[in-house]
Amino acid sequence: MTSEPQPTTPASSGSPLVSLRNVNKHFGDLHVLRDINLEVGRGEVVVVIGPSGSGKSTLCRAINRLETIDDGEIAIDGKVLPAEGKALAKLRADVGMVFQSFNLFAHKSILENVTLGPIKVRGMKGGEAKELAMSLLKRVGVDNQAQKLPAQLSGGQQQRVAIARALAMKPKVMLFDEPTSALDPEMINEVLDAMVALAKEGMTMIVVTHEMGFARRAADRVIFMADGQIMEEATPEEFFTNPQSDRAKDFLGKILSH
Amino acid sequence: MEDYLSLFETYDVLAAFWVNIQLSFWAAICALIIGTVLALFRISPIPSLQWFGAAYVNIFRNTPLTIILAFGFLGLFSVMQISLAADLNASLFRIAIVGLSVYHAAFVCEAIRSGVNTVPLGQAEAARAIGLSFLPAARLIILPQAFRGAIAPLGNVLIALIKNSTVAAAGSVATEASSLMKTMIEFRSDLVIPIFLTFALGFVILVIPIGLLTTWASRKLAVAR
Repeated sequence: MTSEPQPTTPASSGSPLVSLRNVNKHFGDLHVLRDINLEVGRGEVVVVIGPSGSGKSTLCRAINRLETIDDGEIAIDGKVLPAEGKALAKLRADVGMVFQSFNLFAHKSILENVTLGPIKVRGMKGGEAKELAMSLLKRVGVDNQAQKLPAQLSGGQQQRVAIARALAMKPKVMLFDEPTSALDPEMINEVLDAMVALAKEGMTMIVVTHEMGFARRAADRVIFMADGQIMEEATPEEFFTNPQSDRAKDFLGKILSH
Repeated sequence: MEDYLSLFETYDVLAAFWVNIQLSFWAAICALIIGTVLALFRISPIPSLQWFGAAYVNIFRNTPLTIILAFGFLGLFSVMQISLAADLNASLFRIAIVGLSVYHAAFVCEAIRSGVNTVPLGQAEAARAIGLSFLPAARLIILPQAFRGAIAPLGNVLIALIKNSTVAAAGSVATEASSLMKTMIEFRSDLVIPIFLTFALGFVILVIPIGLLTTWASRKLAVAR
């Protein structure tokens, strides 16, 4: 491992918002992340694609330490991820996460799902949190469902609420772990549209997805992973028209041929 | 028949059942509190707390209640002279509540833990992802759903607790129902079977509503997913 001096103060300059250095992780014998080095700048939208089992979801989950790593270093805004505890909780509050299976709090209303974080973590007043939540729900187009329970909403609506819930924390970066993989086809676009809008507003985003259309429309950079390694890094244009590695050519051939 | 009815003039059966109801009521509340704390220990990320929770459950779940309650009377009260009230009977009554509580807390803990297992892992991950640490995540997200998934097993623990309250006799709470039953049988051996049936019926009447209520509540309060 290299031991360069680590920037500790967030500089408004070009310092990366998210940085991974020599990150390794094993699940038993399986080496799921191999020497991952990645830097994501402020306002950058990075799309991670790759075949199943390539480690892309694990990579995404490692960034807010829902998965621990064996060695290497992950830093957000210059702060290295601490071990479990108060400091980690504080850092996670700054990292929005959207899951494949939505994971809305099943016993709480849509509105409560969005206000819970601001009130309990940020210490916001109830009225203020409600106002914020309603404006975010409106932005993703589900404000008319505010009093319902998650199970009463469609998958697409639930995922948009999940995006609003993450945004309510005013995160520095948003992680999307296959946000449309559990959705019926007709609901995928409503979620992707919300994500594209977010990207256009300048949110820093790391998106694990199989939606190549989204990568083309919104990504600044595409990362192709296979076997736990980053095989290729390029602009969407470059990657889709002129992939370099055989793995990427093979992968694109399989998914774009029909 | 007249003989049978005369029993109720000599012996206050309802008062005896009232003692069991009070024992059960207080023990249920204490067991729920202790059991919830134990369940929190068992799901916490701190190994020593997990260990303590598991050790507690294994010790108290595997010890006969009679021994725990007899220890309360003979060990705590007689030998160690721990008294929980000025009055002898009140003190024995409270020690019996302690015994019933610590024993059933182990079962409450396991019932709640089975409830925790009904809550998908994603709920805890989402709670952590918005920056909640363990205790707030447990209090706001996990336990409310776990309790709703644990109503039926908690009901079973409560039913067992009500019936087990008769074991308080082993802790010398002589006013409770099974002790009275013993006295009645001793003096009215001509009516052994009606006396047995009376007490059996009394407990059935106490317990049936709880079964009905928990079945209804576990349906009504189930978390829609």
